[in-house]
Amino acid sequence: MAGARRAYDEMWGAGGNVAGTAPTPPYRDYCAWYDSADPAFLKAKAADCERVFRRTGITFNVYGQEDAAERLIPFDIVPRIISASEWRRLSRGIEQRVRAINAFLYDIYHRQEILRAGRVPLNLIVSNKAFLPEMIGVEPPGGVYTHIVGVDIVRTGSEEFYVLEDNARTPSGVSYMLENRETMLQMFPELFARVHVREVSDYPRLLRRSLAACAPRASSGAPVVAVLTPGIYNSAYFEHAFLADQMGAELVEGGDLRVVDGCIAMRTTRGYRPIDVLYRRVDDDFLDPLVFRPDSTLGAPGIMDIYRAGGVTIANAPGAGIADDKAIYSYMPEIIEFYTGEKALLNNVPTWRCAEQESLRYVLEHLNELVVKEVHGSGGYGMLVGPAASTKEIDAFAAKLRSNPDTYIAQPTLALSTAPILTEKGLAPRHIDFRPYVLVSPDRIEITPGGLTRVALREGSLVVNSSQGGGTKDTWVLED
Amino acid sequence: MLGRTAAGLFWMFRYLERAENCARLIDAGFRIALTRGGQSAGEWESIAATAGVVSAYRNVHDAFDGARVIDFLLRDRRNPSSAMASIEAARTNARAVRTALTREVWEATNEAYLILRDILAAPVSERGLPEALSLIRREVAQVRGAFHGTMLRNDIFNFCLVGTYLERADNTARILDVKYYVLLPSPVLVGTAADNVQWDMILRAVSAQRSFRWLNSEVSAYGIAQFLILDRRMPRSLAYCYAGLVDNLKNIGSDYRFEAPSTALAAASHRRLAEGSMDEIFASGLHEFIGAFILANNDLGARIEADYRFYG
Repeated sequence: MAGARRAYDEMWGAGGNVAGTAPTPPYRDYCAWYDSADPAFLKAKAADCERVFRRTGITFNVYGQEDAAERLIPFDIVPRIISASEWRRLSRGIEQRVRAINAFLYDIYHRQEILRAGRVPLNLIVSNKAFLPEMIGVEPPGGVYTHIVGVDIVRTGSEEFYVLEDNARTPSGVSYMLENRETMLQMFPELFARVHVREVSDYPRLLRRSLAACAPRASSGAPVVAVLTPGIYNSAYFEHAFLADQMGAELVEGGDLRVVDGCIAMRTTRGYRPIDVLYRRVDDDFLDPLVFRPDSTLGAPGIMDIYRAGGVTIANAPGAGIADDKAIYSYMPEIIEFYTGEKALLNNVPTWRCAEQESLRYVLEHLNELVVKEVHGSGGYGMLVGPAASTKEIDAFAAKLRSNPDTYIAQPTLALSTAPILTEKGLAPRHIDFRPYVLVSPDRIEITPGGLTRVALREGSLVVNSSQGGGTKDTWVLED
Repeated sequence: MLGRTAAGLFWMFRYLERAENCARLIDAGFRIALTRGGQSAGEWESIAATAGVVSAYRNVHDAFDGARVIDFLLRDRRNPSSAMASIEAARTNARAVRTALTREVWEATNEAYLILRDILAAPVSERGLPEALSLIRREVAQVRGAFHGTMLRNDIFNFCLVGTYLERADNTARILDVKYYVLLPSPVLVGTAADNVQWDMILRAVSAQRSFRWLNSEVSAYGIAQFLILDRRMPRSLAYCYAGLVDNLKNIGSDYRFEAPSTALAAASHRRLAEGSMDEIFASGLHEFIGAFILANNDLGARIEADYRFYG
């Protein structure tokens, strides 16, 4: 797949790093610094980073690995840099998209105008597991469904950006955005004096404010915010603890929660204390054993009743996942137009829905050039990257696809942009993607100037997922 | 604070204390073995008894010999109270209550775990043992240092110390209990060589050889028992631990404006220690006294768990 087309490089542009090329404008100051730095110094710093991450316990757990130990996500010290004008453009597109997602969710759980108008097929919604009939007619406090959204964006050319997917349930990775920056500031303070990078450290404060702004009722003091985690064995536990800590919120587990006097309350050393806003990092299915999976011990029995009665805010709202379903994704341009009256500012990747006969036929005929994904999958599991797959793998996948077409979508293999990483032999280009984080409150949408850049560390690989050998980079948005 | 958080802090510090005591016990046993050569099987059994792992040990080994007991106490996965298992449990609890700890305390705990996991990945040779044991103590001391240097003096701090003192009192009491026959003031044994080794083992297990010598010109059963039970200057004595327990429980109580039953329970035990005399204790039986103390100490732990809603 490398080889086919030359990918756009964030540092060197469309032509790649050939002798005599000047770096792209956002990288100019960084490159000047890099060229003046001693390579041995840079290598030593890269090794330092690993030590810092391990000691501070910034780890994630990989499911299905033999030693269920915590692993580090490899960190690359060369930042991914976005210019102020690129950022402005991206922000406008992201804001439009997130606005549309919230309007769509409100509509889907109320009058369903978009279904009546025939712009999105009814059966795509009603037969979808992410659609929760329990949410029909529910008014989420402040009218917000997706308090936190992560929009996955890739670049294919100097002017071409595509949204790969929306994460409207519980987008993770924001702790890496913050810790990566913290690490870079510690390692290269002089660099930040030279290049003016916008701050991301405000995120936890903004998150808290945004969550508090969605509190269900006028409480006498500041609303009580808690983060609900599945516990220390969850892959993102570090992040849950990190965010709770940074926000000054309690980190609770299902076993700490109980319904007390019409509230959701947490068991403290001084008795039960009501919670106003629950930032849950537990899937819908596990939220309330009385309503969803009866065997769940990760949620709180009765929380949905309290929620429907307006006694607690759940962020993101149950049922918000219907907006980031991969089958719905292909309708995003229509959805944006329907609710905002504008054309989508950010491109959608052309998508074949395998549920449709004609598309399925096309996909089966072009498997070797497409990426096929499970509609409900995540984390890069169960997907086929056609150009990288063997004939045998393609045949096996075709069989799966024929027997269960509804659960798959297919997209062309995009030539994801590359950014240089530091290797033993100096800088080398690797494919990257980007997830900025968006906070939604009743009166505003805030996008933190930065985000998580994931990088496929293996040469030529397009899979950036941390569970499959991806790493991360600090992401810089430059001041104007 | 969440009840679960209080439980996590309490157990984190109990396990840290346990790991350190375990290292000290092994050290004491190792010294005896060095000086007594092949006749130390009984001593190793008493060390396993002090650590409370005799039945767990018997499940996997037939006889008590130094190398096996050391490995069992140090790193055997089948021993849930081994030094390594304790460090791991302390770290697991620390992870669960990370938001209640300063970065320094968490990092020291995490680092202790990472370092000891590597050192204790394979059996430790006799030659490497002193270094491994001092490393365990040093790593625990790092955590304690970070804790005292950086933590806010609030209920979080108090729950950590409550766990520390409760575990420590239990450990000291168990050392005395296993050795009570040595401490019975019997004129026949006093002054024999075997006896001196036994006493040395007791003092070593509580890191008190030197401080005991500062305060006592000669080693006597009476003196050692007095030192470990009633001397409030000795940081591992029962009296010291209970003074600490009462202080910390009272702080929590005044913070919460609520006098918990556990505070009264601790205060009653503390009073008995503060007002007690060695004559009385020996008269009514050292073994009986310690047995009753260990039970009361366990009851206090259960009472604290209930008072502050650790589990429900």
